[in-house]
Amino acid sequence: MKTMKKIASIALATIMVMSMMTGCGNEAAVDSSVADGSAAVESSVADEATGATFKIGGIGPITGGAAVYGQAVMNAAELAIAEINAAGGVNGVMFEMNFQDDEHDAEKSVNAYNVVKDWGAQMILGSVTSAPCIAVAQKTYEDNMFQITPSGTAVDCIQYDNAFRLCFSDPNQGAASAKYIGENGLAEKVAVIYDSSNAYSSGIYESFAAEAVNYDFEIVAAEAFTEDNNTDFSVQLQKAKDAEADLVFLPIYCKEAAPLLTQADGMGYAPKFFSCDGMDGILAMEGFDVALAEGVMLLTPFAADATDDMTVAFVTAYQEKYGDVPNQFAADAYDTVYAFKVAIEKAGVTPDMNVSDMCEALKAAMLEISIDGLTGNGITWTADGEPNKEPKAVIIENGAYKAM
Amino acid sequence: MKANSIKDKFTNLKANKPLRQDLITYAIVIFAYLLIRILDMAGMVNSQLNGLLVPICVYAILAVSLNLTVGILGELSLGHAGFMCVGAFTSAFFSKCMVEAIPLAIVRFPVAILIGAVCAGLFGVLIGIPVLRLKGDYLAIVTLAFGEIIKNIINTINIGRDSNGLHFSMKSAMDLGMEKDGVFLIKGAMGITGTPGDSNFTIGVILLLITLFVVLNMVRSRDGRAIMAIRDNVIAAESVGINITKYKLLTFAISAALAGMAGALYAHNLGSLTATPKTFGYNMSIMILVYVVLGGIGNIRGSMIAAIILYVLPEMLRGLQTYRMLIYAVVLIVMMIYNWAPKSIAWRETHSAKDLLAKVKGVVASKSKKGGN
Repeated sequence: MKTMKKIASIALATIMVMSMMTGCGNEAAVDSSVADGSAAVESSVADEATGATFKIGGIGPITGGAAVYGQAVMNAAELAIAEINAAGGVNGVMFEMNFQDDEHDAEKSVNAYNVVKDWGAQMILGSVTSAPCIAVAQKTYEDNMFQITPSGTAVDCIQYDNAFRLCFSDPNQGAASAKYIGENGLAEKVAVIYDSSNAYSSGIYESFAAEAVNYDFEIVAAEAFTEDNNTDFSVQLQKAKDAEADLVFLPIYCKEAAPLLTQADGMGYAPKFFSCDGMDGILAMEGFDVALAEGVMLLTPFAADATDDMTVAFVTAYQEKYGDVPNQFAADAYDTVYAFKVAIEKAGVTPDMNVSDMCEALKAAMLEISIDGLTGNGITWTADGEPNKEPKAVIIENGAYKAM
Repeated sequence: MKANSIKDKFTNLKANKPLRQDLITYAIVIFAYLLIRILDMAGMVNSQLNGLLVPICVYAILAVSLNLTVGILGELSLGHAGFMCVGAFTSAFFSKCMVEAIPLAIVRFPVAILIGAVCAGLFGVLIGIPVLRLKGDYLAIVTLAFGEIIKNIINTINIGRDSNGLHFSMKSAMDLGMEKDGVFLIKGAMGITGTPGDSNFTIGVILLLITLFVVLNMVRSRDGRAIMAIRDNVIAAESVGINITKYKLLTFAISAALAGMAGALYAHNLGSLTATPKTFGYNMSIMILVYVVLGGIGNIRGSMIAAIILYVLPEMLRGLQTYRMLIYAVVLIVMMIYNWAPKSIAWRETHSAKDLLAKVKGVVASKSKKGGN
């Protein structure tokens, strides 16, 4: 038994060392293949001196509770890259993406970043969720790698100048919601139900409450829940009902909104519901009666049933390839890839530049470009990394999103 | 004369099996550290592995410290992530406050680690006093609840600093009523962002060695024997005059303090620290328990190695894309069965490598004999 233990521990130690070695071996292999690849392209494309491909490292949750967002981002980014490559790439250079899972965890997200860095990523698309994005942004800042997050809404996600975002920030969404409700006179008494353990949700609530004082509606109830008890909302709903709120503001994700709407219906409480982009995707929830979402308003930059050519083309292509209706996260990711493209064209960078120089060039170019995307027309960026675009409000009618 | 004493020591070492075993454990850690350093200098360590080094130390420390409670004291604790959480937040809070006052990381970080360890240890005592009256499943459930309480309380704390000083609120960030120049130190669910990244592999290995030193020496000491006596038979231990409460509390507090140390290392490795169920919930506590059980309850070196392998495995499986978590789970089940199923143990005993080696030797010997003939 003792010797067995000894042997086992030696064997395990060997496996450890071996796995480390293979890790190193892989890296070497990647390097050589990159070299080969660039040589091949060099001979075929004469005007691109040493052009290989632009390598995008994608980071987001593919497994776990937030997987629905990460997968949407991954799929849409792949779609956009396929489109761009089919149309001849960026200045004749192709895009290539390696998307790594972060399980919606800051530590795993940094691990994922290291993996794509080994792979040779030159720019980062991600992270999809806020807290992981903050951790990754710190690392990209240290390496001076260019980063755009399609959907990291927390303020600190882009606190460094190498990081930009395509979505609205939390304060932006909360304030815009309050403004929309106030200016359109949607309600007099508002209740808020939010997830106090979630940075996205509490961030929106705080900015909503701060902005609400400027308008003539009153927040009569602010009820919190946490990630550990996000299945039963009867207490919060009852309090909102007792406070006679005629509108309930829900800065929460659709995962929680689905049982909440079901329970509100069960207790016969039918106020107006107003929500933000996290609600997007509610119609695609499995096992949720879509009729219950009827009349829910949400502030989102993207509606899948919009009739403009671009949205229609995107939605059809996405449905064909992945089988479901794309949500706002998908649209954000799609626009992010095009932002990379436009910024690269503007800056005139080439794949053979080192990561830091490329970052400097792209960073400067981001302030000058303007893109017409799925989530807005003429999106521009400011030096602090925030996008300039108009929020749109949509309402769910007959089981589909409709612009208000 | 001198040579003689060295020789004496050597024979002592040969006779003293536990000491030899402990030295092997330290040697493994130091050898692994030197190996990585040499590979790093040769440019053979990629950034994936480089990024995994500090987390490996964190989880190894957690597994070793939990083994003290589970393996040596024999009580099932499911609140270990809670103590890690206390250590992480107190040390990160200190660093965030003091980053301007003490710009030298080499001074600031040890103090932060110490604060994290002491605070977690204090929580260990506080929680230990009521909890250690229970045992077995009841203790497991109550520690689990305490871990969750710690996580949820930390999620509601808001602390900010402006020209008027510190502000504190448990309600929301707005209730702090800060001036315009105020900065948030802890912001509710968003936790602490921008902790200085002071952790590195060397500090991680030093902390791991300290943990091993504390735990191994404790196990071999008079106190350790008393603790193991409590584990093996409470009534017998009490009858020979061992103070049960004292030793239980001592073990629990040391285990918590070491977890707090791991928390401090964790917090200073990442730019954002949030108390989500994934990072500090009972899932994490159970994960650490899995490391301990798989490495062998009471086997300090085993739990360290199991933590390293089980942490690195899902990262190494990244090539398998979305299937990796599934495969990780299957590997976990297979390893558990291989380690602990009675049939598997019996099979391993009959098919041990030593026997195999002897057989091979026998075959070779007989063959060479034949060849000789």
